[in-house]
Amino acid sequence: MKRFELISAADVPAAAQARSVTVADAMRTKGGRPATDAVVLKAGGIDLLDLMKEGLLEPGRIVNLRDIPELARISEEPDGTLRIGSMVTLAQLAADPAVRARHAALADAAGRSASPQIRHVATIGGNLLQRPRCWYFRSLHHHCARKGGTTCFAFAGENQHHAIFGHDGCAIVHPSTAATALVAFNASVELFAAKRGTRVVALEKFFLGPSQDLSRENDLKSGEILTAVVLPPARPGMRSAHLRQGELESFDWPIADVAVVIEVEPNGVCRRASVVLGAAAPVPYRAKGAEAALVGKRISEDAARGAAVAAIAGAAPLGKNAYKVPVFEALVRRAILDTARTA
Amino acid sequence: MAREDPQLRKYPSGIDPAALGEVERNVPAGEAPPLAPNADLAWIGKSVARINGRAKVTGAARFTVDVKLPGMLHARLARSPYPHARLASLDLSMARLHPGVRAALPINETVGRAVETAAEGKPPSTRRVLYVGDIVAGVAAATPEAAQEALRLVRAEYEPLPFVTDLETARVDGAPQVFDGRVRGGGFTDGMAAAAGIAQRGNVRGPNTSGSRGDAIAGLAQADVVVEGEFRTQVQTHCCLETHAVVADWRADGLTVYMSTQYTAGVRSELAHAFGLPLSAVRVVVDAMGGGFGSKSGAGNYVRAAVALSREARAPVRLVLDRREEHLDSGNRPATVQRLRVGARRDGTLTAIALDTYGTAGVTLGAGVGNFAQSIYDCANFAIAQSDVFINAGPASAMRAPGNVQGAYALEQMIDELAEKLSMDPLALRDRIDPSAVRREERRAGAERFGWSRRRAPGFDSGPVKRGIGMAQSYWGANVHTNASCEVRILRDGSVELLSSVQDIGTGIGTVLAQVVAEELGLRPEEIAIRIGDTDFPAGPPSYGSLTTASITPPARNAAHRALRKLFDAVAPALDAAPESLVARAGRIATADNARSVSFREAAAHLRTESIGAVASRSDDYGGFGRKMGDMASAKSALGGVQFAQVAVDVETGIVRVERIVAAQDCGRPMNPRQIESQVHGGVLMGVSYALYEERILDRHTGHVLNADLEHYKIARSRETPEIEMVLLENYQGTSATDAYGIAEPSNIATAPAIANAVYNAIGVRVHRLPMTPSTILAALGRMPAGSALP
Repeated sequence: MKRFELISAADVPAAAQARSVTVADAMRTKGGRPATDAVVLKAGGIDLLDLMKEGLLEPGRIVNLRDIPELARISEEPDGTLRIGSMVTLAQLAADPAVRARHAALADAAGRSASPQIRHVATIGGNLLQRPRCWYFRSLHHHCARKGGTTCFAFAGENQHHAIFGHDGCAIVHPSTAATALVAFNASVELFAAKRGTRVVALEKFFLGPSQDLSRENDLKSGEILTAVVLPPARPGMRSAHLRQGELESFDWPIADVAVVIEVEPNGVCRRASVVLGAAAPVPYRAKGAEAALVGKRISEDAARGAAVAAIAGAAPLGKNAYKVPVFEALVRRAILDTARTA
Repeated sequence: MAREDPQLRKYPSGIDPAALGEVERNVPAGEAPPLAPNADLAWIGKSVARINGRAKVTGAARFTVDVKLPGMLHARLARSPYPHARLASLDLSMARLHPGVRAALPINETVGRAVETAAEGKPPSTRRVLYVGDIVAGVAAATPEAAQEALRLVRAEYEPLPFVTDLETARVDGAPQVFDGRVRGGGFTDGMAAAAGIAQRGNVRGPNTSGSRGDAIAGLAQADVVVEGEFRTQVQTHCCLETHAVVADWRADGLTVYMSTQYTAGVRSELAHAFGLPLSAVRVVVDAMGGGFGSKSGAGNYVRAAVALSREARAPVRLVLDRREEHLDSGNRPATVQRLRVGARRDGTLTAIALDTYGTAGVTLGAGVGNFAQSIYDCANFAIAQSDVFINAGPASAMRAPGNVQGAYALEQMIDELAEKLSMDPLALRDRIDPSAVRREERRAGAERFGWSRRRAPGFDSGPVKRGIGMAQSYWGANVHTNASCEVRILRDGSVELLSSVQDIGTGIGTVLAQVVAEELGLRPEEIAIRIGDTDFPAGPPSYGSLTTASITPPARNAAHRALRKLFDAVAPALDAAPESLVARAGRIATADNARSVSFREAAAHLRTESIGAVASRSDDYGGFGRKMGDMASAKSALGGVQFAQVAVDVETGIVRVERIVAAQDCGRPMNPRQIESQVHGGVLMGVSYALYEERILDRHTGHVLNADLEHYKIARSRETPEIEMVLLENYQGTSATDAYGIAEPSNIATAPAIANAVYNAIGVRVHRLPMTPSTILAALGRMPAGSALP
């Protein structure tokens, strides 16, 4: 690993003055070594160190956000909105009583990410901004389109873990499990920049598919700091469930990940539904067909089955990942039925 | 105890307690007297705690990666990024100029790969690299960072050549050729003897039909029932937690190598030969080891590189492979495709086994499927045709029961299918065709522990999660290395030490040696100082082939016995007794009638010299070996092993979970049941992982391994661990001073086929390939979306 300077930011404005660039910008090259003078921000450092060890990222200076206490808190506003600081760890999020009580799918998603060791260091901000795990993207020897090259090696190559939806020029799947649940809860992110101050963007809009931008997964601008995730208050009759399936049950990336949030009337009829698939597309994939199929129905085996079929409509598997289609179908159906068992 | 010849002696024989009897053996002079069955012994056969357990859990144990010498340099290797290329030029001048760099050398070592004879009429070509990760140069520098940076300054120009990394593509006429000329051997040979005179066409070398017997075609014609199937197994990598590691220290007076190795004495002779040194000038040392599984059997190219760099830099050089290098270039278990036909009469009697197999060990030989189908069952007609297919991928090496793991996976599923066709219970069929008495008892005892009688018809469960049970058997030779020696010394203060170059690969041989010596001397195991893993001591056996315990415990006992005889001679006058009448028991040396005694320490004070000792080496098995070639031998009776598996298959997601394994195993006289259980757990876990998760994935367009890490290379972890129960037989045979054999490999052979048979019992569909991932299971169940490609 190349030598770098590590400095600690005392507060958010100080960090915002650091002239940082996004990790995506610091990694993009025309071939050869990445820029060696870039300034990047560090949260938990899990992904950053991975990228640096592989030689994919060689920053000159790293600005550490770990000493900014206000970023590591979860606070509740009077209307019940939860403001989750970006440096809150996944373990903290999974254990938070308010999250567990009202947003069970999120607590589950955070609590089943990675491994216990990683969850105690990895932050929700870093988790949302981490780079994809595609093995071509992570290989120094494959200069793929996402890193500034011209090819997506996955299309004709080994794509068993790649996208079945929305792979328009690049077949990564979004790596964040927490994002699957957060999008289902219509969460937003707060982004701070030195001159402009804070902007708030719906998470679903924040993530960018390859047709919007092939070389980054989100709309973070250089100089911006993701300071918080904003979780709207729980609504009457809201229930949620999250299911995640890896090849391994311990410490593995999911092959399919599903979050379902529904709101039911007192008479049991579904008023609103969010069905979001993770590990399915380059961004968390909202299964609109499944959502439409649920609204106006009671949650039943039949309704869940119909929604699950609708969820996988339009799937376009690549050469080696067709198996993900029936796995998603099963998980969507099961997650919908699981909402009946949770509050 | 001290009774001398006659040499015709009676030994316990048979399975305890089911069939324990006696056998008479003619044994050489100087052998320790017959040992009673374990129940009557103080230390042998007891679950004595590991002597280095505390050091390991507290971090005090010294692994090779912990070795630090004054002035030690750090080495890194430059490796080919191309799967096949001509190395047009190599310029190390910039690397040498980098601050801190003390040596930079081209590395042209190619041990471990097939040896090629130059094609006729072609001039000797420039160096070709044959796979991604092929070593081309090495640098040694004052810091790891400087070495890493210097690697970037190695200027290697490659002319890429056509390559092939896909097993099927490589077999086609006109496929890019891995080797220009004929291959005349080389590589590891445990999977299949690299016999001379085998045909070669393109990348395919074979078929090798040796081992065939009878007339399989006629046998199949005589059969009432024939089953056939094609089975595919993947490439598995060893994934040693301690990656391959060495510290080489070249000095004017000799070479010392600290190395994570399974065979200190073998590495010593390999390096002596490679560097033109006498054996006496090379010393190889290993203390604690973080796994080898066959991949650390020899010195390999990286150790040669480290030694060359140390010689060049005149300083100790540390070279530790990183996780990626470990996957690319430290060996693997070859992939196979096995086509099997098995014929039987209505009563189950086998009339023929025909096995046609090819596989790839990358750029080396050894993709055969061992002697499993050839040896396990009674069958007069056996036909085998095995071929090696070369591809541009890192060379395979021996890996825990090489060949037989793959072979058992296919044949044991075929036998399961045959039992169903014959409407026989799989155990009953094996009672019919399996000549092994020990496996018969393992089937009985294992089935009882497991609850085999609860087995239901295939696909019985109605919900999405279907449970099933299955079983499979193991075949592995009871191997012995006769070039296995140790010394036992008794010192004047009553302390005792055992010395041998035998290494503890992690299985706990040191603890077993302490038990053996303690048993013989009437002391406690913790009173025996175990000094092993150093070629300054008498040369011990390798730790491969599951032969360490079988090879080194008999000489340990005999050496202790002979040293004790010298102690008896020294103390006899003080006890006013004949030396032959003395016994060593509970820390004392006593007359046979126990009338007079002294403590062991008091006895030792009578020694005329600072210490007495005896060196012993492995005698031939009493009654002879079944097979012997050079230092390697096998007992007349092979080892057994029968495993039972319970699985739950989610037919909607394709997820298979192994819930329970019962492993009924034998290893002659069990020396330390807890350590044996630990081996069995390891073997079973490795088998679960092989059956469900592990697979090296090569990119067919670029030749790179895409999962050369522990993130995408999936291995069973804590939540994938089933309940594992061991049923351990005591199988006495009266073949050596300890009657002990190995367990490491036999415990790894039956697991994957037992799981595969359980999956069949759960879902009613037979799965013909490994690993059984969701993709494989869903495809077998016909649940893939229409029109999609098969995995």
